[in-house]
Amino acid sequence: MLSIDNLHVRVADAEILKGVTLDVPAGEVHAVMGPNGAGKSTLAYALAGRPGYEVTAGSARLDGADLLDMSPDARAAAGVFLSFQYPVAIPGVPALTFLRTALNAQHKVRGEAEVSAPDFLRLVRARAGELKMDFDMLRRGLNVDFSGGEKKRMEILQMMTLSPRLAILDETDSGLDIDALKIVAQGVNAMRAPDRAMLVITHYQRLLDHIRPDKVHVLAAGRIAASGGPELAHELERAGYDRYASAA
Amino acid sequence: MSLARAIISGDLAELPSRREEDWRWSDIRALVRVLPETSPAFEGELPPGPFDGLADETVEIVNGGGPAEIALAAGVKRVVALRYVARGAGSHPSKLAIRLGARAELVLLESREGEADYVTQADLAITLGEGARLERIVLATEGDGAVAVSRAEVGLSPSASLAQTVVTTGARRQRLETRVAHAGGGACARLDGLYLVGAKRHSDITTVVVHEGPDGTTDQLTKGVAADQGRGVFQGRIEVRPGADGADARMGHHALVLSERAEVDAKPELEIFADDVACSHGNTIGALDEEALFYARQRGIPEAEARAMLTEAFLGAVIERIEHEGARKVVRAFVASRTGDLA
Repeated sequence: MLSIDNLHVRVADAEILKGVTLDVPAGEVHAVMGPNGAGKSTLAYALAGRPGYEVTAGSARLDGADLLDMSPDARAAAGVFLSFQYPVAIPGVPALTFLRTALNAQHKVRGEAEVSAPDFLRLVRARAGELKMDFDMLRRGLNVDFSGGEKKRMEILQMMTLSPRLAILDETDSGLDIDALKIVAQGVNAMRAPDRAMLVITHYQRLLDHIRPDKVHVLAAGRIAASGGPELAHELERAGYDRYASAA
Repeated sequence: MSLARAIISGDLAELPSRREEDWRWSDIRALVRVLPETSPAFEGELPPGPFDGLADETVEIVNGGGPAEIALAAGVKRVVALRYVARGAGSHPSKLAIRLGARAELVLLESREGEADYVTQADLAITLGEGARLERIVLATEGDGAVAVSRAEVGLSPSASLAQTVVTTGARRQRLETRVAHAGGGACARLDGLYLVGAKRHSDITTVVVHEGPDGTTDQLTKGVAADQGRGVFQGRIEVRPGADGADARMGHHALVLSERAEVDAKPELEIFADDVACSHGNTIGALDEEALFYARQRGIPEAEARAMLTEAFLGAVIERIEHEGARKVVRAFVASRTGDLA
């Protein structure tokens, strides 16, 4: 499903990714772990098409389609969803309005019917309930005065509503207490599907206690330094990243 | 110097120019080489106005011609649509007096509708009796070639209140000026503005508020967007005179500049000569939030739509302060229809 080959990315004249190669088959959840500064967020942003993240070599394909050739919104319509480490607040745009605009914009590009207001509200109300979110909060400006945990739930709510083919979760566990972490993890687990791939980016192993990955990759100094099963995450928790940092 | 005097006398030297501090960003003398003749009275039928259906009565001032006074007796409540319409390439000076008796309440839905090239100055002299209330909403859609000045002088008796929202897309050169005198005590004024200038259009929102009586309140919020080669000017001046103790004055101006050739000039001024006064002002001029733009695009919203959405959201705070529900809806729809072109 997601196929990244020899990806090199520059940000403000510094080469951050130096040849990342990674495959996430449909139906699988892969974790990308690594020390601070390894390039984890850069990988997420480059896949989503953030301006300023310049791909100098390599490729990234989703079901064979060249992602790097598409605008950020075209990538979203093709099925790429990025859960932001620091979700942005947009005063004046109610969360519900924002999400419905996004959903219908994607539908339009894919030639699917517009979702009516009642259908949309029914869908979101059910999902918000699963995430134990206060529905009235969604009538306020998107992420305005939301706590850290509320913002992360809002990201998962959007992911559930937009139903992407590829979900990239960038440090979704940061800023969450243990209860919120469990709720968010349940939401992510409910999204596992045979036709969906997920890339879970995290610094700590604790999220992986709740979201069990099929594979774990270690990103260090801009490259995948090791790959393995879920046990690799536990080994990292025990031994730390020093080994990879010194290898860089 | 005044455009109205120049129109009446035909003397170009009367035109306001950049040599006056107050007009340095909105020079008219450099722009108007010939003062056109006063337009003849307009006989044709007028197109629908933006506030149709919301008012108890409509007052029309076409090419400068129309009634000289709107007066509400004490205690009367009314919604009046005031349409300034320009048809033709002449000059259109006009003067209107608006008088509210004690405790009278007027919602004034004012539109400035123009086509083609014309030169106009509308003077309004507004007086509010004790405890009277005026909500004035101005929606200005002037012609591309128009040179347009509107100058309203508002006198507030004790406990009177003025709530004003000026919404404009500018003109070739445009000044919308409001001068408010808190003559009595305990009066309040809300003076808001919203400008959307694209192409080569120019908008100047100027306000001068003088607190003479004690315990007056002034609350101002102006937001604007300049795109393409548009230029927005905001000049806000609040004077708190000796004896105007207990004045509370707040002023905010915030603008988005959406292109390299667009320009926004702002001059907020506070002059305080009284005691026990609370005054503040804030002024920001910046670009659209690129983080928010990427976030919206990541969720699938195409760039143009995302820009329009963020621009509209930025301006929304001014619209929400409009109290008259029908007018608020008209302004919201108007702004939504224009942000797409600008962003």
